[in-house]
Amino acid sequence: MPVFFTDAEYAAVAAACERLLPADPELGAPGATRAGVADYIDQLLGAFAFDPPRIWAGGPFSGRWGGEARFGAFLELSPLEELAWRTRIEGSRGLPEREINGPVVGLQERYRAGLRALGADFAACDGPEQDARLDAVPEFKALLYEHACEGLYGDPVYGGNRDQVGWRFIGFPGDAQPRGYTDAEVYRP
Amino acid sequence: MTVDARVVIVGSGPGGATFAEAITRFGWDCIMLEKGRNHLLEREPPYAPKTVFSNDEIKFVHRHVLGPDPLLEPRTYRRDEDDGERLLVGDVNNLPSTVGGGGVHADSKLPRFREEDFRLRTTYGPVEGAAVEDWPISYDDLEPYYAEVERSIGVAGDHTANPFASWRSGPYPMPPGPDMYGATLSTAAAERLGLHPYPAPTGANSVPYDGRPACNNCGFCGLYGCPIHAKGDPIAMLRRALQTGRCQLRPECVVTDILVDRRRRRATGLRYLDAAGDSHTITAEFVVLAGGAFETPRLLLHNGLANSSGLVGRHLMYHVQTLSVGGFPFRLHGHRGRSVTHLHDDHLVPDREARRAAREAGLPWIRGGIVEHGAAAGPVLEAKTYQPGPGHNPSMYHSDLRDRLWVFTMQGEDLPQPTNRVDLDPAIRDVWGRPAGRATYRPHRHEVVASAHIAPILERVLLGAGAEWSFSTTSPPLGPITALDRQNPLGLAPASKHVMGTCRMGDDPTTSVVDAQSRFHDIENLLCADSAVFVTSTGYGPTLTLAALALRAACLLTGNPLPRTNRPAG
Repeated sequence: MPVFFTDAEYAAVAAACERLLPADPELGAPGATRAGVADYIDQLLGAFAFDPPRIWAGGPFSGRWGGEARFGAFLELSPLEELAWRTRIEGSRGLPEREINGPVVGLQERYRAGLRALGADFAACDGPEQDARLDAVPEFKALLYEHACEGLYGDPVYGGNRDQVGWRFIGFPGDAQPRGYTDAEVYRP
Repeated sequence: MTVDARVVIVGSGPGGATFAEAITRFGWDCIMLEKGRNHLLEREPPYAPKTVFSNDEIKFVHRHVLGPDPLLEPRTYRRDEDDGERLLVGDVNNLPSTVGGGGVHADSKLPRFREEDFRLRTTYGPVEGAAVEDWPISYDDLEPYYAEVERSIGVAGDHTANPFASWRSGPYPMPPGPDMYGATLSTAAAERLGLHPYPAPTGANSVPYDGRPACNNCGFCGLYGCPIHAKGDPIAMLRRALQTGRCQLRPECVVTDILVDRRRRRATGLRYLDAAGDSHTITAEFVVLAGGAFETPRLLLHNGLANSSGLVGRHLMYHVQTLSVGGFPFRLHGHRGRSVTHLHDDHLVPDREARRAAREAGLPWIRGGIVEHGAAAGPVLEAKTYQPGPGHNPSMYHSDLRDRLWVFTMQGEDLPQPTNRVDLDPAIRDVWGRPAGRATYRPHRHEVVASAHIAPILERVLLGAGAEWSFSTTSPPLGPITALDRQNPLGLAPASKHVMGTCRMGDDPTTSVVDAQSRFHDIENLLCADSAVFVTSTGYGPTLTLAALALRAACLLTGNPLPRTNRPAG
């Protein structure tokens, strides 16, 4: 269940991200949908639906390599950090404390406007039509792409890279603490 | 008159932490103000490390957990006045705004400067359009302080390995850590071309040291906080200062004003805002500015203080970074190990070819900087480099720009120019309502010529190491603005985190801002403990030198100068 997007928006975001980062069975590439990239974006835009907000994962270890699994314990924000992230995500909305240097259009609004421009039928369109519509909104496409890359290759705790499919595809082990690497693993081919 | 503290320190980075450790060791007390959060140490004894730091590219690289958030604390940049009031607003050379400052995210290469770096004008001569000067202190003056901060931070290195290094009073406290695989290839190729690579002196433990564990090569080093505290800077100095009971650390407190007497010749303390936005004052006998070479002049200019020379904020220097990359036909697993394990210094010592390149360009001399032999960044950054669409998968799979890439970063010497400066942006504000700092900066022709001369050498090394292709780029871009620059204007600002020179040190109050003991000429009880005091940028990372200068300033202030060291015989 998405926390910010409607089901239709979620489907459109997933479809758009799949065009940007498509699956490739021959190479073993998972693609954005399989990796849950839309969940990554949904949890960023809906970060303040959680307490603490899902902005910064906890530390020091994920538990995958030993130690206590603490990435899921998201960090509390200071009042100033909350101000910054609410402004970035929700926009300034005319609130004076958020308009330090003028109004800020938030990510939520940029997504809503971008998805409107892609059209309500976007998820149902064929690939070439989806590409053409994405090319018609280059700024939104660039924003989606930034987030899609984060959602495919960032830590799974943020909602994307489900089951580490992105990392497995490229042979990247991800976080390494507290095990780390032996000296020989560092200097040998 | 009683004061709240004998010393109040602005900023908890390598300079402030070193200063605090020294004065508290000598029995003085201090209050340290830091505008960022404390992710490093508990506030109460025994000062156990917190554990917020982790191997998380999203948090550290893409969501600026260490601060400052550019929405709250924007900076602006322009190349010169022809760009208008500013070319861009956002993240301009931001260093972490957090307890520990720049030490937190650094990959901890800690080279010393060399003897000639302190007398560049005498050694090589002046350069037209640049304010090349000698420092008012020498390498010999600083050597005991270098040795002490190397012990204090815990630096791993091999004192016999760099033929260009100046004399030392002793070896490094720890041996070097393991060589990265890619560095074994690039150092061998460099040696074949007559260069002299050596293990990078690094402030990350190679063996257990100072109660902290050895680095376990996790690979999340540069740009990340160390989850196991194998990095010594700044936790080692901060913790020892706090353990004396004579240092009070106040995070999330932003200094708004330096308070001075009526004649504006003495500092009486500071005014700051706490996390709740309430204003407080602290009175002190001495005020130490250690907010970094960008924030220190910004505060002084905001208050209109210590600027009878008109030079506060001027002679802003970065390092002009020349990035030469090589693509290999096999994987280098650069994600294992510290970010950079080797350096070479050859381009800091002009050889016949460099002298000829200078002559042909009409310059008296050129110098480059240390060359870091290192790996590429993480997979999210790599992914964003490629274009979207079906070509993305093969690129990530083959990883031309990460796992099969090796990178030389040259931290090229940046000549001081009075027109390069930090001042106050006329319109942009920070969250506390203060004018944002603005960098006005354009490299000197020296940097352009040096980069163009040295980049092909670096490319030859990479090809000799087995790379199939190689190319070079610079930050900031040295050519005309391209369409790509317009797409991402933040790329026009220098990416270097080495910010130096905005309150330069000298004996003459008309041509410098602080004296040879790091005290402001205009305000005798105001001191500077960051890289703002640098006279020249050299081609070396600034951290060890700024820490050594901070230690020297603290020792001289408290009347405890370290004994001079002697050049070993032979």
